[in-house]
Amino acid sequence: MNPVSELKRGIWTENAVLKLGLGLCPALATSSSVENGIGMGVAATFVLICSNVVISAMRKIIPSKVRIPAFIVIIASFVTVVDLVMAGFLPDLHKALGIFIPLIVVNCIILGRAEAYASKNAVLSSAVDGIVMGIGFTVALVAIASVREILGNGSFFGINILGSGFVPMLLMILPPGAFLAIAFLLAGMNQVSAEK
Amino acid sequence: MDKTLYISSSPHVHEGGTTAKAMRDVIYALLPCVALWIYSFGIIKPSVVMALCIIGCMASEAAWEKVRGLPITIGDGSAAMTGILLALNMPPNSPWWMALLGGVAAIVIGKQVFGGLGYNPFNPALIGRTVLLISFPVQMTTWMMPRTHEITSATPLSDVKIAVGLTGNIPDEIKAQLGSVLFGGFGGQLGVVSGFALIAGGCYLIYRKVITWHIPVSFIGSAFVLSAIFWAVNSSKYPSPVFHLFTGGLMLGAFFMATDWVTTPITPKGMLIFGAGCGILTILIRLFGGYPEGVAFSILLMNSATPIIDRLTMPKKFGLVTQKG
Repeated sequence: MNPVSELKRGIWTENAVLKLGLGLCPALATSSSVENGIGMGVAATFVLICSNVVISAMRKIIPSKVRIPAFIVIIASFVTVVDLVMAGFLPDLHKALGIFIPLIVVNCIILGRAEAYASKNAVLSSAVDGIVMGIGFTVALVAIASVREILGNGSFFGINILGSGFVPMLLMILPPGAFLAIAFLLAGMNQVSAEK
Repeated sequence: MDKTLYISSSPHVHEGGTTAKAMRDVIYALLPCVALWIYSFGIIKPSVVMALCIIGCMASEAAWEKVRGLPITIGDGSAAMTGILLALNMPPNSPWWMALLGGVAAIVIGKQVFGGLGYNPFNPALIGRTVLLISFPVQMTTWMMPRTHEITSATPLSDVKIAVGLTGNIPDEIKAQLGSVLFGGFGGQLGVVSGFALIAGGCYLIYRKVITWHIPVSFIGSAFVLSAIFWAVNSSKYPSPVFHLFTGGLMLGAFFMATDWVTTPITPKGMLIFGAGCGILTILIRLFGGYPEGVAFSILLMNSATPIIDRLTMPKKFGLVTQKG
């Protein structure tokens, strides 16, 4: 297993949001600023790695008929950990992300990786898969959030970069801006892939 | 002598109509309105706004088609017409970048991403206006008063909305101004200042058979009837139907936006339903919605209902009998 090609797989060829179309709800809802995007990305990455490892370790003892409930229980335990840690140490971020932290339980990326990868592969490669997929998700969120924050607020990571003369385009911060940003990024990525 | 008999399917005669010709008719029909608006708001500012809207539309259409490797269609005038309609939907004192951005948004988001003219589900000019209205609410609602060119921050529609919100009644001075509405005496978007210029332009389009009467009549009629009902119930809270018809973008919308070929139903019955939906939604948004003006939203909402209206109002095939039992 080559870490570089795995990383490329997570960020580009099998990018969860922009290639596979998974996890669009959190990508739309939590990408109004780069800070929120990174917060959500890191939280989901943590859950993804932990659940991949545990599910992979338990893959031989989970009966296949009840595997989905079992996966959800494992995922939910780690989401609870993230939820409580974030509420304790990063209360502002926790408030901004709101319901979307508990909703990581039903994030299709995490369940998707559990079903498609961790339940069939060894612990180490499942851990790597969790890491690269999590990084891919975070990169996608940061890309979407950068477009939205720069156009919609004139700032990047909370720092004003376009000066006071810039009139922010509120639409990009509002929900329609998320759809527009995702659509144009997706179209751009497809175009680049098609030209290769 | 060539004795070959050519057989082809109908139609056999083409009357020579093209998209470009129809667009030219629409632009002619808008001329009286444009003239009145220049008279009302001064020459330079509105002309610059309109020129920038048209440039934004045509340049982004050409650039998009160039990048996609498609034939460049700015010659058919549809992008220019979108630019004119967009300009008529903007304050005459809009900043230059807003006019350009509106043009780009109208063409790229409203039209080209769907595949260009004929494939767009929503009216591009209204998409441009809505993007601007949501993005820049302050700039989009800062109007000039006609003739005095004084900058004001409210249209009669928002005056009414605010006053009714505060006191539950329409102030007397707005009632008194009603007479001047007909001749564009109120501040407002460029093109909506004169109902009569728009009606004249609309009649020209109907005469030239660019549009049919169905949508304007049912749009204006349903708005009139619904607002008259509210007015009859409580005339101190709800403005009169005449006020509704001649303020905001209602006339412009009814004749020039809601009659777009691409985004509206093709059957006469469907057009009547479409127009009635626009009129009812407009009045409901104006009286009970969050925004003072609802023409753009109502037309966009009805645009999204166009495919289902078309499907439900499909004419019966000639001679078709539904089997009984």
